Amino acid sequence: MNLHEYQAKQILRSANINTPRGQVADSADGAVAAAQELGGDAWVVKAQIHAGGRGKAGGVKVVKSLDAVRDMAAALLGKPLVTIQNAPDGQPVNRILVEETLAIARELYLSFLVDRETERVAIVASAAGGMEIEEVAHATPDKVLKEWCDPLLGVQDFQCRALAFALGLTGDAYKDFCKLLPALYRVFVNSDLSLLEINPLVVTADNHVLPLDCKMSVDDNALYRRKALAECMDMGQIDAKEAAAHAANVNYVALAGNIGCMVNGAGLAMATMDLIQLKGGMPANFLDVGGGATPETVAQGFKIILLDPNVKAVLINIFGGIVRCDVIAEGIIQAVKEVGVQVPVVVRLEGTNADEGRTLLAQSGLAILAAESLTQAAELAVEKAQ
Amino acid sequence: MSILVDKNTRVICQGFTGKQGSFHSEQAIAYGTRMVGGVTPGKGGQMHLDLPVFNTVRDAVRDTGAQATMIYVPAAFAADSILEAADAGIEVIVCITEGIPVLDMLQVKTALNVKAALRANGAKLIGPNCPGIITSGECKIGIMPGRIHQKGKIGIVSRSGTLTYEAVHQTTQLGLGQSTCVGIGGDPIKGMDFIDCLERFEADPQTEAVIMVGEIGGTREEEAAEFIRSNMKKPVAAYIAGRTAPKGKRMGHAGAIIAGGSGTADAKIRALETAGVVVAQSPAQLGEAVQLAMGAR
Repeated sequence: MNLHEYQAKQILRSANINTPRGQVADSADGAVAAAQELGGDAWVVKAQIHAGGRGKAGGVKVVKSLDAVRDMAAALLGKPLVTIQNAPDGQPVNRILVEETLAIARELYLSFLVDRETERVAIVASAAGGMEIEEVAHATPDKVLKEWCDPLLGVQDFQCRALAFALGLTGDAYKDFCKLLPALYRVFVNSDLSLLEINPLVVTADNHVLPLDCKMSVDDNALYRRKALAECMDMGQIDAKEAAAHAANVNYVALAGNIGCMVNGAGLAMATMDLIQLKGGMPANFLDVGGGATPETVAQGFKIILLDPNVKAVLINIFGGIVRCDVIAEGIIQAVKEVGVQVPVVVRLEGTNADEGRTLLAQSGLAILAAESLTQAAELAVEKAQ
Repeated sequence: MSILVDKNTRVICQGFTGKQGSFHSEQAIAYGTRMVGGVTPGKGGQMHLDLPVFNTVRDAVRDTGAQATMIYVPAAFAADSILEAADAGIEVIVCITEGIPVLDMLQVKTALNVKAALRANGAKLIGPNCPGIITSGECKIGIMPGRIHQKGKIGIVSRSGTLTYEAVHQTTQLGLGQSTCVGIGGDPIKGMDFIDCLERFEADPQTEAVIMVGEIGGTREEEAAEFIRSNMKKPVAAYIAGRTAPKGKRMGHAGAIIAGGSGTADAKIRALETAGVVVAQSPAQLGEAVQLAMGAR
């Protein structure tokens, strides 16, 4: 689950980490009031969406009058902002962050993430701030610095010093940075983050270090013990179909094709998508109804798949293990009737009681095509979607 | 022979009296697994499914000589259950539970690695978020359907539950059967990985060939490819799920994500093919692929 920049910065502030002074607003008037309260004669106005690339898309600007704050806020609020990361649909801007401006000397990059290869929290830093770190890593890998934190000890002082020297920090900036890293590590652990990215981390003209931007992703598995963070969830930033799936506790990812897929198990769901493409079609989604599929989850799956107007056929692929295929077949029949499915439905049932399941589907009188094999099911679905 | 577990392995269940623990313990007993008891804190001294219930894993090990455990406790308590089992000297810890916070797993792995360094025969963890392990016809520890399995010669190691069942089903249909099937799970931080299983299959006389099923995310398939190239004589077939998965999206499993251009299916397939592995194009061809690999030697 992703947090907005303003939410992430609130978390930093509550951990006594210096951030630019700022206020969040959800109206043009509110943005002006925020600017007035901050004072000064210039402000940064930042659209709050769950995607990077906001600056280039016109979502972040420095403005020099209260009228300009109002105009900028009015232009952004209530409309989708399309950036290189969320094209083509963009994400709606419902909040604006108004911040003080800073005199910036240098821009650095800093992030904390769970590194699956070393099974540790990795700290990634670079003197090339403000750029996509993947691009920096690709073009100039020697400019990407890394340290790994022992899960039992956390980040050590020598690691902070090593990074600070490598980044060329001196004086107050050096001291700030060596205090910042352990504080950020504590935030990472205490908030169960999977990613904490500060890009850029700036060195100000008076040689202090502070985060100009901040992105946080919370480990979904830990939300049960981070209730306050769970409430920060902004469903408006997520694809409507994915939001519906989230509410129904179903794993769903929207894709660009026209064959809706419903599968039990994440690996088999991906494999089904791959097979559809291998047979010349394009999957409309990833949908895992879970290893223990039930008639109820099948009905939920149909409802979510059919929210996508591009879907021209549905392929259901169930390997009945503990769950019997005849039970699943009944669930499919019931769901097709209940949801009023208008597109062709191809079903492949395998495993426990597969024959009984196929017989039930054939006798249902509904337009459900029971495939004999996985390959045939994919071919049929591709044919029907054309 | 087989790997890790067999008909003599004494197995307990943590979360024994819960709904999942009860159901899958019954299934395991019906399959012939040598279940010797279970653990539910606070219910020690009772009987459940005609087996003794213990308050702690230590008690269970002391009274039953348990060597393996299957964990069905909720995600919030699962990390602790793994550590409890390791502390009590359990050799094979199978954690079925899905949804354990990743930072908990970082700590668990560190603790287990420290233990393994101190003790010659450290605990082996399978999972979490996995279907478990089964030695066909002998010992079922997990949620896989027992009846699709048939004693035979193929070792299977997989990151996906239902794709493991596909591999099992197809090898059974072809009359090849399976030695042991290990579902290593879909989490980014987990216990045993491909190489841990591959080296055991290579050493196991019953196993004649191996099917490995991978998916997008991480680079463990690439490491496995290197291991196969330099250390394995037995034929290996593979399948990698997620060729059509978009970048940056988590595909159901916590570990199935292409991050920063790394962990793509194509890179894994290339690495495996370079290592001489027969890679199936379709999940419907897992059995054929391993037949092909066996014929090619």
